[in-house]
Amino acid sequence: MDITGLTLAETLKALKNKEFSLEELNKAYFVRIDKYNTELNAYLNINRGNSKIPAAIKDVISTRGIPTTAASKILEGFIPPYDATVIGKLTEQGIGVIGKTNCDEFAMGSSGENSAFGPTKNPWDLNKVPGGSSSGSAAAVSADLCVFALGSDTGGSIRQPASLCGIVGLKPTYGRVSRYGLMAMASSLDQIGPITKSVEDATLVLDWISGSDGYDSNVSKKFTYSEDKLKSGVKGLKVGVPKEYFAVPAGRQGGGLDPKIKKVIEEAIKKLEELGAEIVEVSLPHSKYALAAYYIIVPSEVSSNMARYDGIRFGLGRENIGAEVKRRIMLGTFALSSGYYDEYYTKAARIRTLVKQDFEKAFDPSTGSGVDVIVGPVSPTTAWNIGEKIDDPLTMYLQDVYTISANLAGIPGLSVPCGFAHAPDGAGLLPVGLQILGKQWDEETILRVGYAYEQSTDWRKEKPSLSSRTCPP
Amino acid sequence: MRKPKIIGFFDSKKVARLANLPLTSEEEEKYSEQLSKILDYIEQLNKVDTKDVEPTFNVSGQANVMRKDTMDVCLPQEDALSNAPQKKNAVPARLAAKRAVRQGFFVTKGVFKV
Repeated sequence: MDITGLTLAETLKALKNKEFSLEELNKAYFVRIDKYNTELNAYLNINRGNSKIPAAIKDVISTRGIPTTAASKILEGFIPPYDATVIGKLTEQGIGVIGKTNCDEFAMGSSGENSAFGPTKNPWDLNKVPGGSSSGSAAAVSADLCVFALGSDTGGSIRQPASLCGIVGLKPTYGRVSRYGLMAMASSLDQIGPITKSVEDATLVLDWISGSDGYDSNVSKKFTYSEDKLKSGVKGLKVGVPKEYFAVPAGRQGGGLDPKIKKVIEEAIKKLEELGAEIVEVSLPHSKYALAAYYIIVPSEVSSNMARYDGIRFGLGRENIGAEVKRRIMLGTFALSSGYYDEYYTKAARIRTLVKQDFEKAFDPSTGSGVDVIVGPVSPTTAWNIGEKIDDPLTMYLQDVYTISANLAGIPGLSVPCGFAHAPDGAGLLPVGLQILGKQWDEETILRVGYAYEQSTDWRKEKPSLSSRTCPP
Repeated sequence: MRKPKIIGFFDSKKVARLANLPLTSEEEEKYSEQLSKILDYIEQLNKVDTKDVEPTFNVSGQANVMRKDTMDVCLPQEDALSNAPQKKNAVPARLAAKRAVRQGFFVTKGVFKV
């Protein structure tokens, strides 16, 4: 039996039916980790003592007694004295931490290359990035090195690597999951969410980790899994397609949507139509300004949140901070400095209102199209070569153009595998993700659409063929 | 927002001092160039009229969340200090005589110049 190929739902069922034991389950995953982790660099720390259902946890989430570094030299050797709320909630469900996954330093990046401990490789092509910032979590799920993983998403850091690695990633509504124990990046945008092998798995994990703990005052409503609702199909649902995501270049200096991705996404939309959904064009006119606003708001909040890593309250000296984190601290410090605050931070916060209103109009039947979900691409291209964009921060930022709006508006977003396209350089076929955005607090409908799409296609059955690329023993 | 000409030369030295970031002169130069480029991109926000638009700082819809002021479990002192590089029973002899390192404190580099 291919134990490591099973989804979380299948694993739970098999354990219940005593098809294998927890010991056998962990052993199977440890064997695979030992075989592939050296070349993938998905895990920074492996928890050999794990005896529960193995989940991989992004290294920005506190795990009691297990080293947690945020992939930064400044936290090298840090061992958290407490568990994040999400870890406590998973423990109650019989889930354990099999390892801490690599990521961009303090979750800042779109490729995983900003880790102080080396980049993670994309399991589909070891020369390509897995996306970021939850790079190791996505690679670990894609290569079957864990049953599922947790990531964090501030501007696409769950959805984009899930898309580039051919798996499922869910960014919940802002305020759905407690961030207690998550190292804060941009507090008005950060959310923790699941990276999984199936849409049903993401639904299950969201049920487990959501809800208030009294430590994150933004959290109010718990999400509850309902199999009937998840599996009720898309017949009668209105699916919005934002014309801006397909028609115009992604940004003033961006290359826009790769035509190869466009084709794959259009086919996925056609599939939803075949399944009974009504496809409606919508407009999100301010989405073209979202990226610029995001790169004021995020660095500003970063510069404030990173002040605690000063060698006194947390971590070693500030000379240990990596290049991208420094860049954002610099940009944010500038934007918040005397005389510039209103021109930058407040201006960006006003743009944020407009981006949020665009979505509200699209979802509201009385003022706009009244769509149930909005679909489009996750990333303008497939995975790119390691090293290709690392020296040009602006080009790297433009990779987030389709994902950041959801964070600005606080709405949930899902990435579901929807096919393959040739890499930008013409190399082999790489995974493409379909993004499904929903109303605030309405994960239920995006998961429902994602599930219907997933079950009507075979993309979830495709796995990277790592076997041909194993390192010699 | 000011014209890019004014911020075209991003003053890395000044901003790094405000941010408490030790930068090399190469880094200062690199960040001046890269951040000027990013600020130039951000200039496009000026095209949007936001005169009558309220800023959004939080999207959770929560405000003034209250709870009972009751005791909760908290970290024991030993756990709270577990990551401190120097603390009680683990400080060099020359510091051990000083008052601040007796019990439940940790030692840091100096904060204020005397």
